[in-house]
Amino acid sequence: MHPKRRSRLLTLVFVLTGAAAAVALMLRAANENLNLFYPPDQVAGGEAPVGVGIRAGGMVLEGSVNRAPDSLDVAFVLTDYQGADFRVAYSGILPDLFREGQGILVRGQLGADGIFQAEEVLAKHDENYMPPELMPLADGAAGASDGR
Amino acid sequence: MTLKEFWHRLGSPKWFYQMSGPWQRAFAILAVLLIVVGMAWGLAFAPPDYQQGNSFRIIYVHVPAAILAQSVYVALGAAGVLLLVWRMKMAQLVLENLVGFGAWMTALALFSGAVWGKPTWGTWWVFDGRTTSTLVLLFLYFGLYALRRAIPAREAAGRACALLAVVGVINIPVIKYSVEWWTTLHQGATFKLTEAPAMPASMWAPLLVNVLGAYCLFAANLIAKLRTAILRQEQGTAWVREWAGREARP
Repeated sequence: MHPKRRSRLLTLVFVLTGAAAAVALMLRAANENLNLFYPPDQVAGGEAPVGVGIRAGGMVLEGSVNRAPDSLDVAFVLTDYQGADFRVAYSGILPDLFREGQGILVRGQLGADGIFQAEEVLAKHDENYMPPELMPLADGAAGASDGR
Repeated sequence: MTLKEFWHRLGSPKWFYQMSGPWQRAFAILAVLLIVVGMAWGLAFAPPDYQQGNSFRIIYVHVPAAILAQSVYVALGAAGVLLLVWRMKMAQLVLENLVGFGAWMTALALFSGAVWGKPTWGTWWVFDGRTTSTLVLLFLYFGLYALRRAIPAREAAGRACALLAVVGVINIPVIKYSVEWWTTLHQGATFKLTEAPAMPASMWAPLLVNVLGAYCLFAANLIAKLRTAILRQEQGTAWVREWAGREARP
């Protein structure tokens, strides 16, 4: 390679490495804050701050959804299926994808009583898309669904 | 012709102009065919999702746009290296003519993502790792657009843009791995290089057709813009004058 080109290439590699290292360090330093939500083990384990606006997430525990008959109040439990869970109270319309076993994100405040008072409920779906007629097969395989 | 010769000729605007007419036509025809087939297949014939129903079909616009948004930026970064190190004339033309297409693809990815997010997530926007890094990508495109127009001298503007393009490539792995490094609302990757997609072929096959169509559109668009730019840049040269004379003759 021509020495002039080689030196330009080396300079460019140097600049790029430096910039990449700077970005990597910044992302590392900010790592905790780049997470969108607290998973159930952090909420249950007391790592999530109490009384400030945060987001938390988990899967809706089967059989935990309680709707008030005369209002939009709803209570449910979010779990990671690995022993950690926390209760959520919400008043409002739930997203269409809300169902038992679904990944859910809640925004609001964690109360001192351990109940998360949600102001907003969002549904998180995964990348496992499936036509409806294949659902019974997946139910049998996973065994974790509630049969819908 | 050896690979090295081809490489040297690709750096010559004149050779590129004279060769690329059929390439442009081929890519344009392929793009139209693939996108028409892929969109009709995905939007009308592919099965709906068991959870999301028909809103799942937005994937057939969203994923090709998002993949192209990132691929175009990687191409800009590669052109940046070629310009900064090898001073290749064609690389400068690529840097000048590819930014708009990439910015539009990024905007389309963000817009279709918002349209998809509203019915499924329950919100059209959230600042999570994936969405925020994609927004940064859009701002990088805006930066490239603005930087070129901020510097009057063409060569200096080209080198400044090349540097921004190369350094900005750092954002691409951040976009790609954002859904793995951090907790996000956005789901994981649809297509992974190492495993089969987590959906049946009736769903991913039309998506693949759309992605290939989008790449062909990218190629056709780039070649068309490069050809116009080459004629403008080389308008004083003998070969362009000779070419123009030949075209004008009945």
